[in-house]
Amino acid sequence: MRIENKNIIEVENLTKKFGDFTAVNAISFTVKKGEIFGFLGANGAGKTTAMRMLIGLSIPTSGTGKVANFDIYKEAEKIKKNIGYMSQKFSLYNDLTIRENIRFYGGIYGLSKSEIKQKTEKILVDLDLKSVANKLVDSLPLGWKQRLSFAVSMIHDPEIVFLDEPTGGVDPYVRRQFWETIYDAANQGRTIFVTTHYMDEVEYCDRVSIMVDGKIEALDTPKNLKKQFQATNMNDVFLKLAR
Amino acid sequence: MKILRYLIQKEFIQILRNKALLPMMTILPIVQLILLSTAASNEVKNVDIVIVDLDQTESSRLLKRKIIANNRFSLIANPFSTKEANQFLQANKADIALVIPNDFEKDFLRREKPSLQIIANAINGQQATVGSGYLSNIIYSFNENLIQEYIYLQALNKKQKENPIQIVPRNWYNEELKYTHFMAPGILAELTALLTIVLSAMNIVREREIGTIEQINVTPIKKWQFILGKLIPFLCVGIVLLVVGILTSKIVFDIPIVGNVGLLFGYAIINLIAVLGLGLLISNFANTQQQAIFVAFFFILIFILMCGLFTPIDSMPKWAQYFTIPNPLAQFVSVSRKILMKGSTIWDIRFEIFYTIILAIVFNSLAIWSYKKQE
Amino acid sequence: MKWKVFWAFVKKEFYHITRDKRTLLILFGMPIAQVLIFGFVISTDFKNASIDFLNHANDETSFELIEQIQSSENFKIGRILYADHELEKGFKDGTSKLVMVIPEDFSKDFYNRNPIEIQILTDGSDPNNAVTLTQYITSIVGSFQQQKLKIPENPQQINIETKLLYNPKSISAYNFIPGTIALILMIISAMLTSLTIAREKETGTIEILLVSPLSPLLIILGKVAPYALLSFIDAILILVLGFFVFEVPVRGSLILLLFCCLIYVITSLTIGTLISAVSKTQQDAMMRSLMGLMMPSMILSGFIFPLTSMPFILQVLGHIIPTTYFIEILKGIMLRGVGLEIVWFPLFVLFLMILFFLFFTWKNFKTRLQ
Repeated sequence: MRIENKNIIEVENLTKKFGDFTAVNAISFTVKKGEIFGFLGANGAGKTTAMRMLIGLSIPTSGTGKVANFDIYKEAEKIKKNIGYMSQKFSLYNDLTIRENIRFYGGIYGLSKSEIKQKTEKILVDLDLKSVANKLVDSLPLGWKQRLSFAVSMIHDPEIVFLDEPTGGVDPYVRRQFWETIYDAANQGRTIFVTTHYMDEVEYCDRVSIMVDGKIEALDTPKNLKKQFQATNMNDVFLKLAR
Repeated sequence: MKILRYLIQKEFIQILRNKALLPMMTILPIVQLILLSTAASNEVKNVDIVIVDLDQTESSRLLKRKIIANNRFSLIANPFSTKEANQFLQANKADIALVIPNDFEKDFLRREKPSLQIIANAINGQQATVGSGYLSNIIYSFNENLIQEYIYLQALNKKQKENPIQIVPRNWYNEELKYTHFMAPGILAELTALLTIVLSAMNIVREREIGTIEQINVTPIKKWQFILGKLIPFLCVGIVLLVVGILTSKIVFDIPIVGNVGLLFGYAIINLIAVLGLGLLISNFANTQQQAIFVAFFFILIFILMCGLFTPIDSMPKWAQYFTIPNPLAQFVSVSRKILMKGSTIWDIRFEIFYTIILAIVFNSLAIWSYKKQE
Repeated sequence: MKWKVFWAFVKKEFYHITRDKRTLLILFGMPIAQVLIFGFVISTDFKNASIDFLNHANDETSFELIEQIQSSENFKIGRILYADHELEKGFKDGTSKLVMVIPEDFSKDFYNRNPIEIQILTDGSDPNNAVTLTQYITSIVGSFQQQKLKIPENPQQINIETKLLYNPKSISAYNFIPGTIALILMIISAMLTSLTIAREKETGTIEILLVSPLSPLLIILGKVAPYALLSFIDAILILVLGFFVFEVPVRGSLILLLFCCLIYVITSLTIGTLISAVSKTQQDAMMRSLMGLMMPSMILSGFIFPLTSMPFILQVLGHIIPTTYFIEILKGIMLRGVGLEIVWFPLFVLFLMILFFLFFTWKNFKTRLQ
């Protein structure tokens, strides 16, 4: 079994306020090791803010949280060693080649030279990018960039990978392909935490939480959620909740 | 340390790959250095003059010839009245008008205090004051000759000199008072500071705008590593520019290099670290490159105006002189002048070194401190 | 309808600019700081320049001379030196600007009216300082001997009466206020616009704007209009500061002055648009406007250094910079009180420049669209 009965993320009453505005309102949940955990919500529902608190980019206003057994307040830097992150904005350097990007990120995660070499080979072979390894990242099509970006985010073999709307702006076929690589990563024992607003993608997740206006309104497997809301697909579930 | 290497390597690849920026960091500053050093001279070499000769005598014509013979003056016209002369001044066609009144020679011969009138367009301060100074000197020596001649004619030659003291000025380090010797190192310092502060101020913000900084912030990289990774590449750019700039100044302007060049570059490194620290500090407080530029530009302008290059620091009011202490550019100008032209030693520039080290520490600590990996 | 959209667009841009503190710093902080620095800080007069003495005479008269020098505002006594090898000490660490060497038997020679040579050593590494201080010292020494020796005035001495036209008190603000206006307008109109448009290009938002119902021309206009307005406000701000703080008058027609400002702002805006048209990124645009526009405008326009004394080639360069012409117009109207009959020529040149830059911008845009 892929999923182990061990919590790798534990969050309680996590809150983030920007002035008067409460972006994330006392959310609580746990994620099990090896799970593909979906975070669903409309734009502005607070998904990204919640995720940024977990990965140490944003300090919570209140509440507690543990990621990979480290406290999100005090041990943010330790968390960073154990997680990978792929942001909404494409975050590889367009003016570096594919090989240079891999080397750079490997380097700043503190990998040794031989490890970087080995990782580079693996990524280039896995993604079939060998022939363009010395081309600027800028010249790649978006779908390829995203897959490369995902691979690079796992260069230091993190336990958990956070994906913030990883498939924005690409067609369904490419999205499908991307999800296959997510499954591959999960099968290697990694926990996947993914935000999205595509309903079809939600079906691929083990469990889904649905955020509306900063609160988690529902959290369960897609199957149970459909049952609970007497809906035929996740879209209906979402519409019922959002209303 | 290893991590730092990768950061620096990446920065260098990006700098060298940017085809638009590279010439602007290398060729353009050097061209500017040559042009601006040539231009930046307070020396007044040409004064446009109109002479109104109402006297029309031997003496007045002699004076006129003397003035024309001086290559600093260009005679524009010989108007017939003061009013007409004023029109030349009003149209900015002349800087100075000399009016020789109609009984000039008569007054001289009658020993009745002859007088002349200089009308200067005082808006162009230098042109006017320096120009009328030149003109007065010509008139004095003309006067002297005239008196000598007169005395000779009167056979009243006295033996004693009336004015015993003669001032013998000697200008050390720069005998001919060449402005380029003084300007070129200063302008080079200015260009280098300008370039490095703008590049560094824009750099982090640019990563923020593109979004790559997020990716770096989720890595366990230390803040000082990140700041150093940004600082060192631009430090190298600055040093290269300085080396090329000094060489160019030597070749083109033959600037003197009296002191220890190693000392100069040693100091330059500290200075650049301070300037870059300020640039990085600015970038931490900006969300867009535009904002970063604005703030950087504001500082640069004040630094340039108050660095002692265009106007002497000594003539500023006391309180303003204190403001030049936290101005890295003022320190650099002072040091480069001392080492290159006067051959000063490390002891002579100890205060500059001390202040600059403090600045470097303050700016960079603030830059590291204000760089937030977390919101 | 179209104009309503356009107006909304201009308003949006205007708010966008004025909301940001850092932008306001450059819009209003910079001109104010610059005017105040020029007015209160920068001056070419030397006060309290430190002077060292090597006094070989050590007699009554030499002390009197030193006393006289000290009592002038321009100098303060630094070190008293005793040997030749000490001469350079103050120059090397920058603490003194001048050394005066008084020869032996100064008193005796002075009253016997034997020729005396007083050596003045200056720190030539700063030529400004060397020239000015030598002049000061010469005049102090001159009046010293006039007083002490009671030299009667020669009735044949030509009396030079100098009249400082337009600026009788020699106020330096008369020169820097016009220069600052010209420079600030250039920074805001050219640099800021080139940056904003380059920014839209870099972030890709220009594509969105270009597919909007507004025509590209109106979009560019909408982007630059707020800057034109703001630079106008700045021009007036500097004029007011100049008038109330430094008493710089506007002797000519204010309307003509503002009209000329408008023409210059348009010239700067067209340059800004041209720069943004050829730049890909903000960094690019910044470097171009900084190196290609700002530095030359400051140094080759005659604002700080006299243009007519420069080598021919630089004078030519100086005459292709719009700032040169605008400063001439400003000085003419504000200080010499002249009208169109004099400033028509520089104004005409600015017009030609607008046409020239517009042509190139248009050509550049066209090739891009194809």
